[in-house]
Amino acid sequence: MTRLRISSLVAIVALVVSACSSANTGSSSPAPSYPASIGPLEDSLNLVAWVGYVEDGSNDPNYDWVHPFEASVGGKCKINVKTAGTSNDMKTLIDSGDYDGVSASGNLSGRLVAANEAAPVNVDLVPSYKDVFPALKDQPYNTFNGVHYGIPHGRGANLLAWRSDIIPGNLDSWSTLFDPNTPAKGKLSVYDDPIYIADAAVYLMSTQPDLGIKNPYELDQKQFDAAVGLLRAQRPNIAEYWSDAAAQIQSYTAGEVTAGTTWQYQVNAMTAASPAVPIKAVLPREGSTGWSDTWMVYSKAKHPNCMYKWLDWIISPQVNAQVAVWFGEAPSNSKACEFADKLEPDHCATFHANDEAYFDKVYEWTVPEANCGDSRGAVCKDYSAWLQAWTEVKG
Amino acid sequence: MTSGAEPIRPSFARRLATALYRRPRLQLGLLLAPPVGALVIAYLGSLALLLVNAFWRFDAFTGSVVTTPTLDNFSQIVTTSVFRDVAVRTILTAAAVTVTDALVAFPMAYFMARVAPRRTRNVLLVAVVLPLWSGYLVKVYAWRLILLNDGFADSVLAPFGLHGPGLSQISAWIVFSYLWLPYMILPIYAGLERIPGSLLEASGDLGARAVTTFRRVILPLTLPAVVAGSIFTFSLTLGDYVTPRLVAGGTQFIGNVVYDNIGVVGNVPLAAAYATVPILVMLVYLLLARRTGAFESL
Repeated sequence: MTRLRISSLVAIVALVVSACSSANTGSSSPAPSYPASIGPLEDSLNLVAWVGYVEDGSNDPNYDWVHPFEASVGGKCKINVKTAGTSNDMKTLIDSGDYDGVSASGNLSGRLVAANEAAPVNVDLVPSYKDVFPALKDQPYNTFNGVHYGIPHGRGANLLAWRSDIIPGNLDSWSTLFDPNTPAKGKLSVYDDPIYIADAAVYLMSTQPDLGIKNPYELDQKQFDAAVGLLRAQRPNIAEYWSDAAAQIQSYTAGEVTAGTTWQYQVNAMTAASPAVPIKAVLPREGSTGWSDTWMVYSKAKHPNCMYKWLDWIISPQVNAQVAVWFGEAPSNSKACEFADKLEPDHCATFHANDEAYFDKVYEWTVPEANCGDSRGAVCKDYSAWLQAWTEVKG
Repeated sequence: MTSGAEPIRPSFARRLATALYRRPRLQLGLLLAPPVGALVIAYLGSLALLLVNAFWRFDAFTGSVVTTPTLDNFSQIVTTSVFRDVAVRTILTAAAVTVTDALVAFPMAYFMARVAPRRTRNVLLVAVVLPLWSGYLVKVYAWRLILLNDGFADSVLAPFGLHGPGLSQISAWIVFSYLWLPYMILPIYAGLERIPGSLLEASGDLGARAVTTFRRVILPLTLPAVVAGSIFTFSLTLGDYVTPRLVAGGTQFIGNVVYDNIGVVGNVPLAAAYATVPILVMLVYLLLARRTGAFESL
């Protein structure tokens, strides 16, 4: 009986999705069922988040927005947080049904909506939403069929990082990772997720323009084969595929890896460590992949009212600024820059918070689908094919 | 009023006890029903569900599982070389870990069981079991510190002009061997302790030297215990995915492929089909182990 209901739900979603994508007729999607007001607060709040997104001061007493949150709601909503290293780990955690919300990247948000695991969000109940940068609103990874499914958290790019004492000079190209004769031979560390295939595609966009790659997540057979071929050639030079930020920091610190992809978060942590790890990071000239995260509410959340309070809290200017500085990304709230720049001089300029030209070069994680989204039709490689290829690349 | 001559009607509990006493089989059945029921439903049930899943199909477009029977998953596993490579690598590593543990554990267990005085034996037993009390992840991360560039392994080997294994398949083998060693020592220790001293004396009286006694008496008598220990080391290596992820530097094991398929795209059918590989391997292994009488040594 339950199975029947789930499969019919999936069928309905599939129908709606295909109806909307095949012809943009603006089909009247059913009115979203979201709360009209925030009810009485619950006692706890269970979150799934990227590392560094929910800090309670235990890493650095100056960066604590968990205890102030609990105080702001009168001691209710005690936060339990589970950090995850990849979107896939996050999906597994949400599937468990124990969590109320998640900081989903673009390669997760669509899957959660398709799986009916994300609830539509009434942005009127989130006062800070009005201050979110317009470029982050109504994006394909947070708004589906005109319905909001979350609150933009912030965005950033995957960076090229290297041990500056071992590899001197200023690098500015992903060729450090893809050239077989890289100075970091056998010492590379790249992100362990099928989505990394897109990084190879971004590199190919500038090195092999004749492949005609326009979007690194919409790859047809020929483009896909080229990207996977690049990764196969890279395999012998890999010391470690990372998905755990702490493990990557350990490897960089030990010199086990000397170059690779990373987040600003790890760079910040290594620079702040004592003794500091000599590390440099840059957005290479070819552009990069990146993320734009969305706080989403689990469709069967046990503590939805606390979750709404959290949605507003996490993008309120001061907290949004703290997260952005701590993790090393661009805030989503336009009023956060004022506070962020106080915590770290020129933070918003460094992370290009309002620089759309910069983010044009950053291809934010999305779920690869068979439908290419252009005149090529449904000849693109979907996420299953990406995973299969990724399994084979690692061997 | 009734007189005391009328028999007292026994209470319900009393009658139930009598009824059960007369039917020992029913008694046994009631006693075993809850644990056996839990075993069948929770343990075999999940296993059955896994096997059924293996014959379903994952629809990549809708992201859902289609419940029409098919052998596609199995043919994909057999025809794709990476699945074969990973399975072979996992089985070979499990075998290597088992042999290593047996070689390390035997002298240790022998010393504990037959040489060490009582006090030392107790201290050693605690020392062997102690690592099992600490967190699994803590131990693996500690091993990362040992194995990483310029770590403990490198500095110990440096005087010989050698390098540690870094993050590699070799590292996975070493760390697995460390993690499962107690599971090998304990059964062998129990097996050695069970050999009556008179047998060894008899062997000596009949003129056998130490090596002969070991080869002809001790080894045959403890072989079932070694096989019993190997069941643990082999099966634990076969199913683990955390250790390879942290110390193998991207080299995949069966567990990693299963985990990725479920976690990344929700392709449970393919993962289930692949998970039948270790199950089959273990079935064969257990059948062989049974022949040696290992189950009596568990």
